[in-house]
Amino acid sequence: MLKTFKTGGVHPPENKLSSKAGIASLPLPKTVVIPLSQHLGVPSKAIVCKGDIVKTGQLIAQSEGFVSANIHSPVSGVVTKIDKTPDTGGYKKDAIFIDVQGDEWIETIDRSTELNKTINLTQGEIVKKIAEFGIVGLGGATFPAHVKASVPKGKTAEYLIINGVECEPYLTSDHALMLEKAEEICVGIEIMKKAIGVSKAIIGIENNKPDAIDTMKRASTGYQGTSVQALKVKYPQGGEKQLIKAILNREVPSGGLPIDIGAVVFNVGSIFAVYEAIQKNKPLFERVVTVTGKEIAKPSNFKVRIGTPISYLIDLAGGMPENTGKIIYGGPMMGKAAINTEIPVVKGCSGILLVSSGESCRKAIEPCMRCSKCVSACPMGLEPYLLAVLGEKSMFDRLEAEKVMDCIECGSCSYTCPSGRPLLDYIRYGKTNVGKIIRARK
Amino acid sequence: MSMIIVYTIATLSGIGVVSAIVLYFVAQKFKVYEDPRIDEVENSLPAANCGGCGYAGCRNFAEACVKSETFDGLYCPVGGNDVMSKAATILGRNAVEKEPQVAVLLCNGHCDASPKTNIYNGATTCAIESALYGGDTGCTFGCLGHGDCVTACTFNAIHIDTDTGLPVVIDDKCTACGACVKACPKGILELRKRAKANRKIYVACKNEEKGAIAKKSCAVACIGCGKCFKVCPYEAITMGNNLAYIDADKCRLCRKCVSECPTQSIIEVGFPPRKIKEEAPGAVTGENAPADSSNSVSN
Amino acid sequence: MDKLITVSPSPHVHSGQSVSKLMYWVIIAMLPAFAVSVYFFGIGAIYLTLLSVASCVFFEYIIQKYLLKTPVRTSDGSAIVTGMLLAFNLPSGLPPFIVIVGALVAIGIGKMTFGGLGNNPFNPALVGRVFLLLSFPTRMTKYPVAEGFGTPMIIPSEALDASTGATPLGIIKEGIKSGDGIGQILQSEGLSYTDLFTGNIGGSLGEIAASALLIGFAILLIKKVITWHIPVSVMGTVLIFTGILWLFGFEGHQIVLDRTGISLPLLQYTDKNTLELVPFHMADPLFHLLTGGLILGAVFMATDYVTSPMTSKGQLIFGVGIGIITVLIRVFGAYPEGVSFAILIMNGFTPLINRYVKPRRFGKI
Repeated sequence: MLKTFKTGGVHPPENKLSSKAGIASLPLPKTVVIPLSQHLGVPSKAIVCKGDIVKTGQLIAQSEGFVSANIHSPVSGVVTKIDKTPDTGGYKKDAIFIDVQGDEWIETIDRSTELNKTINLTQGEIVKKIAEFGIVGLGGATFPAHVKASVPKGKTAEYLIINGVECEPYLTSDHALMLEKAEEICVGIEIMKKAIGVSKAIIGIENNKPDAIDTMKRASTGYQGTSVQALKVKYPQGGEKQLIKAILNREVPSGGLPIDIGAVVFNVGSIFAVYEAIQKNKPLFERVVTVTGKEIAKPSNFKVRIGTPISYLIDLAGGMPENTGKIIYGGPMMGKAAINTEIPVVKGCSGILLVSSGESCRKAIEPCMRCSKCVSACPMGLEPYLLAVLGEKSMFDRLEAEKVMDCIECGSCSYTCPSGRPLLDYIRYGKTNVGKIIRARK
Repeated sequence: MSMIIVYTIATLSGIGVVSAIVLYFVAQKFKVYEDPRIDEVENSLPAANCGGCGYAGCRNFAEACVKSETFDGLYCPVGGNDVMSKAATILGRNAVEKEPQVAVLLCNGHCDASPKTNIYNGATTCAIESALYGGDTGCTFGCLGHGDCVTACTFNAIHIDTDTGLPVVIDDKCTACGACVKACPKGILELRKRAKANRKIYVACKNEEKGAIAKKSCAVACIGCGKCFKVCPYEAITMGNNLAYIDADKCRLCRKCVSECPTQSIIEVGFPPRKIKEEAPGAVTGENAPADSSNSVSN
Repeated sequence: MDKLITVSPSPHVHSGQSVSKLMYWVIIAMLPAFAVSVYFFGIGAIYLTLLSVASCVFFEYIIQKYLLKTPVRTSDGSAIVTGMLLAFNLPSGLPPFIVIVGALVAIGIGKMTFGGLGNNPFNPALVGRVFLLLSFPTRMTKYPVAEGFGTPMIIPSEALDASTGATPLGIIKEGIKSGDGIGQILQSEGLSYTDLFTGNIGGSLGEIAASALLIGFAILLIKKVITWHIPVSVMGTVLIFTGILWLFGFEGHQIVLDRTGISLPLLQYTDKNTLELVPFHMADPLFHLLTGGLILGAVFMATDYVTSPMTSKGQLIFGVGIGIITVLIRVFGAYPEGVSFAILIMNGFTPLINRYVKPRRFGKI
């Protein structure tokens, strides 16, 4: 029996079109735009000015506070301006614009591809370096990695869980990474184990990636305490709460963090970034991005410098199909629909999905017939139909009592609703407002 | 047979009498004393229960009025000065006078002026769209047109104009309760002083972008050029965030700024037509571009 | 690019499920039972069902279009389901006007009064059925004897007594009053379990064939239209509850108590001055399961989305409630059948169940 989480879950069509594509490198774009807010928490502060010449890997924006992250230049070139640029939603945010000139890396980065297994740094030094090199969770939530790696006093971590689930349909960036960089990931796991002080690490991979399971199993045999756990396919298994439940059969308490039950979860992408940072002195300035879609000519996984406009990636994957109706930044379940293709790739961008105009519109909204499919689909044991109605009516007190803050916004409810109701839209609205009320109370 | 009827009537009457007695004693026993002035004040209120005063309903407002010693922070925007003076008489205090206000939409980004750049396909409320998207036009400050203000208005004073896609406030129905102002996630509705004959002049734009960018996304955007600021004889106009703002308290409705504005983002409403008229300006809701352009041409 | 890009909040994919698809699957699941009723009641069954469906759709259309002035949603199939369920609950050979009145009550009062699909507290088809049962008790409880496909289309009113019979449960109820043993009654009526299973019995259109209804149940389960919770809990409760009563009151088990014993409704005074358990003619659990529209109610009517609880825990409570009330009505009440009333009563409890029975929250401390 394969493990999985019990409550709720849905099975959207997987459509992993680019799973066999491997990871391709790209020529550099002409300009890059680096938003200062690429992570959860306080936006970073730019420390370069217009006209400055920067090298690849150079620190260009400093973190502001504990929950924040450094940003390094992904290219070498000239800073043309520090101005506002629209994010996926069209709101203008501060960003650094750089004109690419050559590709000169800072000297400290070890550009060799040799595997380096010896870990020389101490626990504290690792965490410090993770923070310094701007590593954030690359699964999508972009939570600064050093915050997760610093286990708070009074709590002990027992397990390090590596998230190789990639439950989002279409996306294959983690899959490709596991196939090509299995050894590096395993060393990265050793580093993380040392950083958070645990001896056991479990890599969770869904059963639809048998090659990745094999590769990781083979790579991890030499490492004491690291094992691979195959999981039954079910969305949203990549959510950290669901993943911990599936692997350890423990539940993160409502309002709590994984560390409360002795687990720390990292995405394989973040682990690889940690490996590169610690062993190769390479800050986080590139990542693997899947460019996919049913209509696109060459669904691919690209190794992309942060700040590259997504239009550039789409061109390299065979160009924008004629009938594109929606550009999704991330996966189809939790990704954001972007307003245009001028948006740059940021640290949390795991994929670009082009949806044809036929599939881009939601179905017509019908009345709720209380079929309770959303209740059975909710992985958090909530009642989406109720939360949506309460959200629509702005009844925030009751929303809080009905545990709206537990919602992980996975979208299973809206996905499954036969009436096509925008359940998650209203829940998210309610959640935002309840969050404000709770913060105001403190 | 007749006995049955008699019994029935007797039984029913008996039940009635017993219930009445029980009810009487229960009512006596559980009687709660309430200040009779609360009822009086409540009766003088408009009974709209709109929440414009900040209380849940008219009764709560009446209670608050009676409880507090003064009218500090207590004002019924719907009833206005008349109602407040009545309440003051009941409570034997001095009434607080406030100038009557009206809700005004500070955006004129109608469909022609501000072309769509995207199609929004989510839940159709402004609050939800604005949480994720700046809007489906190039302007991230303007009206989204889903009508959260229409839903919020309990007086049917706002409706969405299907031609422009913008909400229209019917001044005569607007009670300045402020519900729409609170409901608008973009903050483009404002309560402004209500002038004679509902005349008003205001800058119908909240776009804080630099002039060129604002103008690109919307033809009638305020570009922050400051021409109106220079021409205003009463210092009613202030500049900030690439925007001009007309203080309704200082504005004397001279209309000099209106003709000065290069983008027709300053709107005049409720004025008689100017000397050489081509078209009558919209009477109450006349925030339409053609009327304004005709005005500026005439000067 | 001249075409505009769509933006919307996540998720950007949908399961493709829709109200009408679910409704049409319910209709497909009802077809086996419909086929059986056509086999036994002939062309009259088709006529009755078509009339009922047509009237339900017609009334929904008229009310939505002209009375409520809301968008017309008759194509979603919910009115067809209501119409079919109503017909399934009616005896073949019912005069057309009664069917039309039933449809009007079902759609007009049962559904549209509350705002249409999704808002009605009670199952519309059952509202219609119970209204007819109370208004036309004689016609609604005289069931034509199944005569095979050649049964004439409408049974003329004068023949009402001639060629009609009661349902198995009705027969038992009458039989118990006359003091016969259960075995005797069944034998004299020539009823066997095979008949109950294949539908060769008297009854309303849809309730007769347990096997066909169970095929429908399987279809609904496979297509994930419903979950097992309600049907299984209803049928399980009826089996267990009637099983207990059956064991308790089986013929030959007479308990003699003395006068100071507890008084139970089952007990009667006898002339021997002692309390004695009267031989309690309780049909066995399987008989109860297969008759009286229990499976029809459990599979198709109790599972109505709108009127059943949202959580699986709530659905189990709901099903157990229906089972208990059904048995209470059947055994102790005046009506031989109680499924309709039981479902309606539990429909009334649905909001309460929804309010207090919550799913198990993930990470509940």
